[in-house]
Amino acid sequence: MSGPEVSTVDINGFPTRIWRKGSGAPLGFLAGFGGLPRWVPFLDRLAEHRTVIVPSLPGFPGGDRGHSVLDSHLDWVLAVRQTLLAAGLDGADLAGSSVGASFAAEMAAIWPTSVRRLVLSAPFGLFDEGDPPTDPWAQRADRVGGLMCADPERWAALKAMPEGAHSVEWPIEQTRATEAAARIFWPLGNMRLERRLPLVTAPTLILWGEQDRIMPPSYAGRIAARLAGPHEIRMIPGAGHLAELDRPDEVASAILSWTG
Amino acid sequence: MKLMWFHLMPYTELPEDFRERHPSVWVDIHSSLFDPKRAHRMYNDFMDELEYAADCGYDAICVNEHHSNGYGLMPSPNLIASALARRTSQVPICVMGNSLALYNPPPRVAEEFAMLDVISGGRLIAGFPVGTPMDTCFAYGQNPSMLRERYLEAHDLVIKAWTEQDTFAFNGRFNQQRYVNIWPRPVQQPHPPIWIPGGGSVETWQWCAEMDYVYCYLSYYGYKAGKATMDGFWAEMDRLGKDRNPYRAGFAQVVAVAESRQQAIDLYTEPAEYFFNRCLHVDPRFASPAGYSTEATQRAGLESMVKKAANAQSLIMGDKTNRGMTMADFVDRGYVVIGSPDEVVEQLNALADDLNVGHLMLLMQFGSMGKELTQYNTRLFAEKVMPRMRTRFAEWEDRWWPKPMAEAERATIPAFRQAAE
Repeated sequence: MSGPEVSTVDINGFPTRIWRKGSGAPLGFLAGFGGLPRWVPFLDRLAEHRTVIVPSLPGFPGGDRGHSVLDSHLDWVLAVRQTLLAAGLDGADLAGSSVGASFAAEMAAIWPTSVRRLVLSAPFGLFDEGDPPTDPWAQRADRVGGLMCADPERWAALKAMPEGAHSVEWPIEQTRATEAAARIFWPLGNMRLERRLPLVTAPTLILWGEQDRIMPPSYAGRIAARLAGPHEIRMIPGAGHLAELDRPDEVASAILSWTG
Repeated sequence: MKLMWFHLMPYTELPEDFRERHPSVWVDIHSSLFDPKRAHRMYNDFMDELEYAADCGYDAICVNEHHSNGYGLMPSPNLIASALARRTSQVPICVMGNSLALYNPPPRVAEEFAMLDVISGGRLIAGFPVGTPMDTCFAYGQNPSMLRERYLEAHDLVIKAWTEQDTFAFNGRFNQQRYVNIWPRPVQQPHPPIWIPGGGSVETWQWCAEMDYVYCYLSYYGYKAGKATMDGFWAEMDRLGKDRNPYRAGFAQVVAVAESRQQAIDLYTEPAEYFFNRCLHVDPRFASPAGYSTEATQRAGLESMVKKAANAQSLIMGDKTNRGMTMADFVDRGYVVIGSPDEVVEQLNALADDLNVGHLMLLMQFGSMGKELTQYNTRLFAEKVMPRMRTRFAEWEDRWWPKPMAEAERATIPAFRQAAE
């Protein structure tokens, strides 16, 4: 497994990492809670068929301290929009997971021509009092893996410090990713995304891990009911909140067939 | 040395099996444990105790702010302070303090503290904590990633509200107000002394030095555990070229005095075990939301591996280490300064030598301690210990102490009389 090509763009004065791998029509991916401190097999599955482009979100791994200048929802969506433009993803297919899926949905709602076909995997951004999401920030560190993935080892492998990494900066980068998600979604994660979903006209695939312990799977239906364009829901057996970590092959093939 | 009497106002009737049956004393403590009629008694006892401490001649009486907290029944310390301002006449009142980022708009703090300063005739010490994660981020829903920036901006706005003579517009990052103009204005000019309760972050120490504020380390774990933090503070003061004036610092300490050590152990074991084992039973999941500690503080902690000093960190550590601990452990570790008056003097002299703190905030009611025992502890300390500690640090000037109005200028407060039945 070879790594991706890495480039850096400037977003609000912060160096922001863009990963690129494969060939064919571009397909963007926005990562979920915790971000991507390392390349994962799921992205290789996508790169076998497409040019997969993975920009980092502000404050998430590869996104430096970009979150620290974003104070409002408008600041955030503009920063993500700039990042996608800089990554060459304007008008491309776009997939997102968790936190990243929330931004993918915002992009498709606010700039409808910027997204060709859309995939949302368990997006943040909604809150139903009768079926609230789990609070991802009020957790002991040893519980987070089991909330993010059906198999906590998948999360542990994502976050394990690689050989040669800086023993102080690596854990700080992981905490920063959790902080960045808090900066926009604290305390409930309710960005009123529901109100903007009717603006989404791009064909949309909604994915959900059947064992998602963060975002209730019932939200898939709430989202689908509000989308203006064609859409489909697919549940992923054996997967938790970050379904692409638990079931990389199934999630990749669902994305590839939807955007193919 | 200033000897200040500090009340946390703990709920005194948490059940025996609280630790086993309830996950946390803070944030999600269950409402069924709170009996308002019992709390009526507690509040009134606690205020009696604060007034009693004033009568006993303590240098100040202190209150603080907590939310959704079974060991701290003062969501609004200002309410208690205003009652104390009317029932006392000489003693400085230390509000330790108002968590600035929780007030919207922040001039609310400038107003209420000005009211307290005016009503009390200039006796207020204004404390500005960032606030714990449990209070600020969880109970009050503030964003941990923005809390410190909001705090610092609110501080700037409060200071400007106190000192600017004309109505002004405040164009901040988080606060925008067209007309800021507080009435009343504080008696103490340019403003009451400002004290900052904080954890062990070097940024807080630097900021206190720059602003010339008092830094207070309000750990519940005593002077032995507090030494690493205070050593860090003084090393930073030295590095910044500041003198070692002990009045730059404050420190909280649980103190229990009796005629003899054995009598003290007999009298105070139950409330101490209640305090450390029930009151400080905090669910660690609330203790350190990402973003609450700055990256510089995280870096310092990861690099040094020396004692983590933030309040929240102390609480977690306490939670881990005090599980099943007993009075003997609290005494050994210096959590509790305890014994006969001579023994307490000896320990407090060690504290003064080790920590170099001029403002000692005494926790003399702790845990389930009732009014009678609290007043006994308070009285005995005032008579037998206080006179021998007062002279410590006499060579230094306390530039951070309230400057009240002259006696002749002050209102006469009529003695409280029970209405005729």
